[in-house]
Amino acid sequence: MAQPRADAPSKIILEGADLSRVVDRIAHQILEKTSGATGTALLGIPTRGVPLAHRLAARIQAFEGVEVPVGSLDITLYRDDLRLQATRALGRTELPPGGIDGLRVILVDDVLFSGRSVRAALDALKDLGRPSSVQLAVLVDRGHRQLPIRADYVGKNIPTALSESVRVAVTEVDGADEVRLIGGLQ
Amino acid sequence: MIKHLRSAADLDAATATLILDTAAEMAALAGREVKKLPALRGRTVVNLFYEDSTRTRISFEAAAKRLSADVINFSAKGSSVSKGESLKDTALTLQAMGADAVVIRHSASGAPHRLAEWVDGSVVNAGDGTHEHPTQALLDAYTMRSRLGRLEGLRVAIVGDVLHSRVARSNVLLLSTLGAQVTLVGPPTLIPVDLPEKLQVSYDLDSVLPDSDVVMMLRVQTERMQDSYFPSAREYSRRYGLDVPRLTKLPEHAIVMHPGPMNRGMEIAPEVADSPRSTIVEQVANGVSVRMAVLYLLLGGK
Repeated sequence: MAQPRADAPSKIILEGADLSRVVDRIAHQILEKTSGATGTALLGIPTRGVPLAHRLAARIQAFEGVEVPVGSLDITLYRDDLRLQATRALGRTELPPGGIDGLRVILVDDVLFSGRSVRAALDALKDLGRPSSVQLAVLVDRGHRQLPIRADYVGKNIPTALSESVRVAVTEVDGADEVRLIGGLQ
Repeated sequence: MIKHLRSAADLDAATATLILDTAAEMAALAGREVKKLPALRGRTVVNLFYEDSTRTRISFEAAAKRLSADVINFSAKGSSVSKGESLKDTALTLQAMGADAVVIRHSASGAPHRLAEWVDGSVVNAGDGTHEHPTQALLDAYTMRSRLGRLEGLRVAIVGDVLHSRVARSNVLLLSTLGAQVTLVGPPTLIPVDLPEKLQVSYDLDSVLPDSDVVMMLRVQTERMQDSYFPSAREYSRRYGLDVPRLTKLPEHAIVMHPGPMNRGMEIAPEVADSPRSTIVEQVANGVSVRMAVLYLLLGGK
């Protein structure tokens, strides 16, 4: 997909406390839709899905005192474009200590776009165990799906043009919380 | 990323560290029920072995299969090589079959370099004569790093038949790249002359042991010896064999390594080989992870 130039104009969509409120809302929605997050595990997709999964677990713990197991799921080796690009370094896959068999697994990612990452995540998941069900939580849904995939929990829907790109920054990785829309006509 | 892995000198510090980090992620696979990743689906890896080998061939085969590659095993025995086919003609055959990678072991030093000129795919050196064995050096570095936490500044003694050892040569190159301090120990007849200056050499094992974090014992390769390099096996063992009294001279944290196959009782005493400080079995397990990392990084991308 074409990337906007580095000096393209950009616009901040969410930052700081706004982003925290969005995470809080997703945490509440998870609690509501899963009757109190019992039998549930959160798996973040590296890089930025992992800190988001940890934040969701911390908020769920703060709201209802439920401890939700958290892990990470690297999808690099399952990507359908592995061969079209230079070799990528691997991220970390770390399952919660009890595994994921029989649990409701909620995949957590920063941006939902073509849906290909989620497909790769579903493929990776089937090699790791058999969850009772799989759901998807994303901070941003920017549209333009190429596969029949949808999110169960969406922080913010951002209508975009294909020429634009959405960049999510989180404090744990980038030093600040921010969602930025880059490129396009302004 | 590099295309071939013919020598440990092909690797700079960043690439070597990337391989070790990737291997650490690959190692998690060993604990899983489904030991399979789809990264190399549809790719063909040929194991071209002109020399006998158990662990290296099996290790490469397991690594390629765990990454879902198709593996063709070729051993010189029972092939057209015994009818006199040259390496080049064999290479062209593999080329015509569409091998994406060729893992080669050959008794002639430099065979992988020649092979890389004839095939389009990646060439991985799995040991060529007395020259190099880069994936062994990588798995040794990986083992040291996972046991001792670092490589930078580590004091490594490589002991024994350094002259005939491709393992020693690759280890010296890689460990120097990664910042470890290597000392070669052995009888003067088995230490090469004309070594780079930063390498330390000692002919006295006992004086080196107290200052070593890692002792790597090498196999005495009698099959490559055309002359007599030491008076008797017994004398060699007395002076350069790692036995229990010598083991106690090592610092508390130090580990004992051996690339295998071992001559128990010759360069290493059975009690030492089986002691908790020996990483010999661990090295074999790490070999699969490291070779997965190498195959993935050579073949996985564009």
